[in-house]
Amino acid sequence: MNINIILAGVGGQGILTIASVIDRAALQSSLTIRQTEVHGMSQRGGAVQSHLRISNREIYSDLIAEGTANLILSVEPLEALRYLPLLASAGRVITSTDQFINMEGYPAMEDILTELHRTNLPVLVNAAELAREAGNSRTSNMVMLGAASPFIGIAATHFEEAIESLFHAKGPEIVAVNIRAFRKGEELSQHQATTP
Amino acid sequence: MNKQLLLGAEAIALAALDAGISGVYAYPGTPSTEITEYIQKKSHAIDQPVRSTWSANEKTAYEAALGMSYAGKRSLVCMKHVGLNVAADPFINSAITGVNGGLVIAVADDPSMHSSQNEQDSRFYGKFAMVPLLEPSSQQDLYNATRHAFDLSESVKLPVLLRLTTRLAHSRAGVERSATRMQNLLHAPYAPERFVLMPHNARRQYNLLLGMQEELEKRSENSWLNRLISGSGPKGVIAFGIAYNYVMEIRQAYALDFPVLQIGQYPLPRKLVESLFNECNEILVAEEGYPLYEELLRGYFGGNNIRGRLDGTLPRAGELNADIIARGLGIEPKKVRAIPGIVVNRPPELCKGCGHRDLYDALNKVMNSFAEHHVFSDIGCYTLGALEPFNAIHTCVDMGASITMAKGAADAGLRPAVAVIGDSTFTHSGMTGLLDAINDRSPLTVIIADNDTTAMTGGQQSSATGSKILDICRGLGVEEQHIRTIIPLKSHLEKNITILAEEISYEGVSVVIAQRECIETAARKKRTQAARS
Repeated sequence: MNINIILAGVGGQGILTIASVIDRAALQSSLTIRQTEVHGMSQRGGAVQSHLRISNREIYSDLIAEGTANLILSVEPLEALRYLPLLASAGRVITSTDQFINMEGYPAMEDILTELHRTNLPVLVNAAELAREAGNSRTSNMVMLGAASPFIGIAATHFEEAIESLFHAKGPEIVAVNIRAFRKGEELSQHQATTP
Repeated sequence: MNKQLLLGAEAIALAALDAGISGVYAYPGTPSTEITEYIQKKSHAIDQPVRSTWSANEKTAYEAALGMSYAGKRSLVCMKHVGLNVAADPFINSAITGVNGGLVIAVADDPSMHSSQNEQDSRFYGKFAMVPLLEPSSQQDLYNATRHAFDLSESVKLPVLLRLTTRLAHSRAGVERSATRMQNLLHAPYAPERFVLMPHNARRQYNLLLGMQEELEKRSENSWLNRLISGSGPKGVIAFGIAYNYVMEIRQAYALDFPVLQIGQYPLPRKLVESLFNECNEILVAEEGYPLYEELLRGYFGGNNIRGRLDGTLPRAGELNADIIARGLGIEPKKVRAIPGIVVNRPPELCKGCGHRDLYDALNKVMNSFAEHHVFSDIGCYTLGALEPFNAIHTCVDMGASITMAKGAADAGLRPAVAVIGDSTFTHSGMTGLLDAINDRSPLTVIIADNDTTAMTGGQQSSATGSKILDICRGLGVEEQHIRTIIPLKSHLEKNITILAEEISYEGVSVVIAQRECIETAARKKRTQAARS
């Protein structure tokens, strides 16, 4: 097993929470992990990304090489496009369609969608809406993780255990709502994957 | 095997605790901050207390760490690369005095300048001070190398520099611990012949340091951090530090078999380098940072069998990665998708609701009324005031330079001369510049943006905030009526404009302190309180 994931978003959107759940799930499955983070100036509303590599053998580089990412998992649609050179030819983009506009010249959503549809079967997720349906608008990250989970190669139960351990300290309700959000994303992804 | 997932920075911290340090000294700076933060979080869980609060700057941190070592105990001192410029004086001279308890300096460089004003290579300082320098390539190696660094320091009685870069500091991987060790006992022998660096002592000590170089090189030859991975082919690679990862990534991905010399401990092990040169016709030198050793290996006139950053095989500046190494080895790049043309940059910005926004709104109003409206600023979140929509500041060079540059410009006749500096930067290196301005009666207005924390690096405790800053300004000799306080809020805009305009037009030293807590730290406090109740 060898999977490279680019996590993308805007500073403050919490992509590291997603990374943390995947890390825990991978660690549970006794896999090797390398996961980069962005700290410092870019965290203030700038474009941020995390390179996440999981393998059952030694991983040398912390960074994902061009054309070798299996997944781009983005919590913002424009940010998904920023890392396309890293995507493998058969790689997939899984992105939220919730825009985060904090700069000049943000392109039209229509144009973003056109570019997204040029990639191989993108999974587009109305994450905020699904998070609200799950019962807490702040769980859209877990919706996105759920949507990506069928493509990662780690069993859903491991992810749910990881969510439980990560949110354990915040009480059973927070755990439950995050798991519901995860399942919402997973369902949507399964549905999109089987619908032409 | 029980592995913990740790950032490279955290691996150093855990290793230092396990190695039996009695203290860590540091000033926050990306990408080094997490080393000290990890120790602060963990130190309560340790049998023996470890001193870990933030220092005022890297120089005070280094000197305190040297003092702890003088007293026989182990100490760790952490900083970002430019921090070592600040601490360079004690660092270089501690190589002359030598140490007692193990002293390790963890310096995090920032190639590609993700969060810094330059990409200087701290390995230069290692050579400059003639001390051992370690540069591991993985998180586990960072852990092991930190343990090794303390042993080495106590064995050769020298400070040991541990160099890492952003990528390793801020990347997580599984790390396995080794056995923990007790702290050293207090043991402070009198040794003025080493520690009183008057010329007669300094000359002898310096000769001792020169005499040790052969021994240090021998240790490098035998270090587990330096090893030759045999292979075949006319081409070989010397991979320094983290460059090793990218070289091995390509070697694995393309099933190549070239020999690789991994370097993780300096001074450079001459025999190992010779054995690679004997094996190969052409050597690629892969260094994360300056082409420091490429230059050395080429020599002044020759070295035409050497490839690297100096002949354009690798880019002269910026962080390496596997793709760059592949191109450097002549591998045809993969055809990949381009970034669509519609993708615009998303630069960082001041948080919505941040007090610095309101400060700059007021300051811009005042400065726009002057023909010359230069604002000298400094390093912190407020540096983002240089960007749209504020465009409010015109310099940011190094910690504390806002005040001294404004002073120099005022001396040259520039009016008005205005400096904007944060609370933590002010106590780091701003206070002494303010004293210069007082002594010279320079017409200068210093705006101290006091948000009660060191915000840019994630909200660390600042050395002086609130009334302490007022007291410092008074103590330095700023006239009481020209120390003004404002609250940077929208509702105070008019009032703030008036106060700023009054002080900026004053022909002497004035200070305006803009006091409002960072919204990030305020929100965090609220969350912690809510979680407690």
